[in-house]
Amino acid sequence: MLKQTPLTGWHRQHGAKMMEFGGYDMPVEYTGIIQEHEAVRTQVGMFDVSHMAEFLVEGAGAAEFLDKLVTNLPSHLTVGQALYTPMCYPHGGTVDDLLIYRKSPDHFMMVVNAGNYAKDWEWVTQHAASFTNVRVVDISQQTALIAVQGPQALERLAPLTTIPLGDISYYHAVFDQKVAGLPAHISRTGYTGEDGLELYVDAEHALALWERLAELGIPPIGLGARDTLRLEARLPLYGHELTEDISPLEAGVGMFVKWEGHSDFIGKDALAAQKAKGLQRKVVGLELNGGIARSGYLVFTAEHELAGYVTSGSYSPTLKKPIALALLDSSYATIGQEFLVEVRHRKVQAKSVKTPFYRRPPR
Amino acid sequence: MNIPEILKYTRDHEWLDDKGTVGITDYAQESLGDVVFVELPAIGQTLKAGESFGVVESVKSVSDLYSPADGTVVAVNEALSTTPELINQDPYGQGWIIRIEITGQTEELLDSQAYQQQVEGE
Repeated sequence: MLKQTPLTGWHRQHGAKMMEFGGYDMPVEYTGIIQEHEAVRTQVGMFDVSHMAEFLVEGAGAAEFLDKLVTNLPSHLTVGQALYTPMCYPHGGTVDDLLIYRKSPDHFMMVVNAGNYAKDWEWVTQHAASFTNVRVVDISQQTALIAVQGPQALERLAPLTTIPLGDISYYHAVFDQKVAGLPAHISRTGYTGEDGLELYVDAEHALALWERLAELGIPPIGLGARDTLRLEARLPLYGHELTEDISPLEAGVGMFVKWEGHSDFIGKDALAAQKAKGLQRKVVGLELNGGIARSGYLVFTAEHELAGYVTSGSYSPTLKKPIALALLDSSYATIGQEFLVEVRHRKVQAKSVKTPFYRRPPR
Repeated sequence: MNIPEILKYTRDHEWLDDKGTVGITDYAQESLGDVVFVELPAIGQTLKAGESFGVVESVKSVSDLYSPADGTVVAVNEALSTTPELINQDPYGQGWIIRIEITGQTEELLDSQAYQQQVEGE
């Protein structure tokens, strides 16, 4: 039996195509992935991402605990600030990638992937057990999350709140505010490569807020376009670019691994060794000509030597051509190289390109 | 859903007209979503009934195309290589995929009523 978000019924009533994702019954598309993708790139769209899981980490030892748990440095956050971070195993592979907010000096919120919910909870609580002054609380069930993304996101939401949304800096949030009269945390974050906000609301208020946003003419966007939007922006997806066997350094998110400031985060030795030796593999962007690469397809050099495999691949609605991310042997991982991607029985030409594939124009 | 009475249908959601033209049904294009790539066979290629002759890819998924009959490919819709969205916009018209000259047996072909029943059962 699939889990439902507070909005699953709405999605079904409004004709969404549904699929399983992270154990949830989720909308893939409403009017079409390309149209939804373009709405977010050029105007605005809203996403039900209530499947994401939230854990509170509280207590005098919370900052120190989180610094040990993840590769980035939560203790350096100011109150109201957020960060993106990988969380690693001792061998350097990735447990998950997540956001951490600092709600007060001793209160943090972790937002983790739905598909890793059970594994993460076990991992976090197991490591918290050795900290007597840290308490971890799972608030996933009572917490819904609605992302409003696109160049018009802030102006479209402005009528619903007294908070000057433009004053919330990127990767900052304001807690316990009102949106459409409903209690919400407002966060200047997202997973689309566009400007936008993410609204954390109590599950019981999610439908009322969603319907208010729909009344403002903000179209709902499914997970299909969420995936093409994040891929164009080269944002990693756990299970693809990051896995238990792929380190954050290999995935290209090494800037979220902080070597100084915390003595011994989990995985530090393995990652340091990887770095000292030189990375054997790297995630690289590819453009294809003549077929769409999908996750798992093999990548060969122009001389037909195996170079690696595709981690994510799709059609880019913005570039109007197939794009992919691939984990390749580092010796081949330079820009402008020619490759062949095995697409079913054929080998399709590809070229390594600079990423992100899409960067939003400055406003 | 549009299921023209004049056409025959396979259980794999393809249609066939009396000239040997083959395409995918309105139901199939709707299920696939935005079509962004079509792999077409070469003219002159011989096909067996039920054999895969190409693929239709949407943003999210890949779907094989199966020949409704033994035959030879006599025409392919070249327009699909630059405008694959024709399959979404006009699945029974400009979104046709190939034309075959039928030389032998066909797959089990359904009339529009039987196909409608199959789709409603899915």
